[in-house]
Amino acid sequence: MSGREAILRRVRGAMKVHAGDTGRAEAVQARLANAPKGVIPARGQLARSERVDLFCKMAAKLSASVERVSASEAVPASVASYLRERNLPAALRMGADPRLVAMPWNQQGALEVKSGASDGNDEVGLSHASGAVAETGTLVMTSGGDNPTTINFLPEHHIVVVDAADIEGDLEAALERLRARFGKGEMPRTVNLISGPSRSGDIEQKIILGAHGPRALHLIVVG
Amino acid sequence: MEITSPAFKQNSAAALADGQLQKALGNVRAGFIDKRRKAIDALPEFEQLRDNARDIKDHALAHLDLYLEAYEAKVLASGGKVHWAESAEDARRIVIDICKSVNARTVTKGKSMITEEIGLNDFLSENGVRPVETDLGEYIIQLRNEHPSHIIAPAVHLNKEQVEADFRRVHTHLPDTRSLEEPEALLDEARTVLREEYFRADVGITGANFLVAETGSSIIVTNEGNGDMTQILPRIHVVMASIEKIVPTLEDAAQILRVLARSATGQEMSVYTTLSTGPRRAGDPDGPEEYHVVLLDNGRSAMLGTEFQDMLRCIRCGACMNHCPVYHAVGGHAYGWVYPGPMGAVLTPSLIGVDKGGQLPNASTFCGRCESVCPMHIPLPKMMRHWREREFERGLNPATQRYGLKLWAFVARRPALYRLATSLTVRALALFGGRRHRFRALPLAGGWTKYRDFPAPEARTFMQLAKEKGLAAKGRAP
Repeated sequence: MSGREAILRRVRGAMKVHAGDTGRAEAVQARLANAPKGVIPARGQLARSERVDLFCKMAAKLSASVERVSASEAVPASVASYLRERNLPAALRMGADPRLVAMPWNQQGALEVKSGASDGNDEVGLSHASGAVAETGTLVMTSGGDNPTTINFLPEHHIVVVDAADIEGDLEAALERLRARFGKGEMPRTVNLISGPSRSGDIEQKIILGAHGPRALHLIVVG
Repeated sequence: MEITSPAFKQNSAAALADGQLQKALGNVRAGFIDKRRKAIDALPEFEQLRDNARDIKDHALAHLDLYLEAYEAKVLASGGKVHWAESAEDARRIVIDICKSVNARTVTKGKSMITEEIGLNDFLSENGVRPVETDLGEYIIQLRNEHPSHIIAPAVHLNKEQVEADFRRVHTHLPDTRSLEEPEALLDEARTVLREEYFRADVGITGANFLVAETGSSIIVTNEGNGDMTQILPRIHVVMASIEKIVPTLEDAAQILRVLARSATGQEMSVYTTLSTGPRRAGDPDGPEEYHVVLLDNGRSAMLGTEFQDMLRCIRCGACMNHCPVYHAVGGHAYGWVYPGPMGAVLTPSLIGVDKGGQLPNASTFCGRCESVCPMHIPLPKMMRHWREREFERGLNPATQRYGLKLWAFVARRPALYRLATSLTVRALALFGGRRHRFRALPLAGGWTKYRDFPAPEARTFMQLAKEKGLAAKGRAP
């Protein structure tokens, strides 16, 4: 008997499952199909502009820096000034996300824009969030050629563009968006829910920013 | 790893006398409790979420076979592989076979308690594969050849001076003159050393906080980002998960995530919550080429349908040990195996047997704090009592305790004899207690009087006092 059969047989034996019991299968199918939402905290249930404000406030509490711009055309200038203010080289890495590619990068003459996945030698990475959660200041990042996952982790500074229209009140709503985009039961290879820059408290419980992932997380909220 | 749980008492005595450990344990008492309290106070729906989290896991466990099948089908559909391991030995063999398939020499590891449970690191080393722990705490204890003393803060038993000494001993390629006094410098050094390992590794192994049946995704929560580097950079990503990690849907995972980080570190969300589904897709510029899930039973299915089933709801947040006066006093290593604190006291006898782990359920004052903070409402004290009963039934506790209890039971079942015996004892103690009404030493009570005096009782028993006040005659309390 394979390990699979042995484990399933033991589980069924322990739960005293009867062969003719169709109710259990129906209960499972119903839950998988309906995905009940459960308890949704009131905190994020706000009108759009307050929701965006809450997202920015919660992200800042997690030690992310947050900037707001009115339109996506303003993003390259905002990125360039972030780099200047921190004395970072005028270079960044980004994926092929059409929203990022369409931005007027050529107006930032000296800025070198490299495309594709990161190999660990990039000081700064730029991504576009797939969504965001106001409740906890969390970003929703999805893998693919548009926003390679390595950019979320390898650069020292991670800059993320968030469209204000993509900010949901709660985590469940953000997950529902993923479902709408990729299909019921389907997921991209990696979904990263990111809440602030990386940190560790493993030495004497003292929280230090910049563990293995980015030391700094900078959010540019558009709209 | 060597099991020293039967020596819990000796381990505890050593722990209490260990000055470094006692200093480090102060961080547990000072850190976790307040942070958790603040996070929970900031979320009015916490109790409702906690109830729902319990109900979700109960539902998942009651339908575990069906959800495991549904989960497996989704993993296969996304291009991943699922391996079923009945035992630790099966799981180790599956992992080494995967490593051998690519001639792996280096394996990076995200934090995973079940790889501790199955003794994976030693096994990999014996088979020519070098395991590298990447979580900062896990990395530190790997350098020291130790095991985690806490399920979410594996190096909580250490002070920074000890970590500095280890880094100087092992990182000999770095200049002796470098400053490592501050935790920031230690973290930076580990970051630099481990960066190279991520790129060198052929296989990355992570644990799983949840497996989602709806999508075939595994979920890990981390703060450092090491679990993510571990899974996106090597060719192969292996997920080690025990069968009870299953939840039905993404929404169910979201509900439990809300109580997990708050209960663990007092964060609202961990920095990185990562959902991984299958290998990299066509057109993906990064991510692993192969995705394997090892589903481990190793004693869990034997807990289903028993008085220990509720323990399978555990989400490994560590709140029970963070609030446990026994853990605060002796730390995690005294428990002698993988899982310490109240959850370890319940889980260890289930997984390694009551003959080896039976001491641990005795390591409780039954103060009940563990159950009161458990986000999954696991009745930990009740389960420890069940284990004590089993230990007694099997005659595993010391003879003096067994005969003492039998003698007490004999007397307690005979009310007249009981009243006589207690009134004589009380009178004798009152008489010999002297003017101070205290005993510095007492036969059969050396364990007590070694550390404090035993107060002499008043000359009458509770029953006698009750009778005098006319309470016993009424047959009930006023």
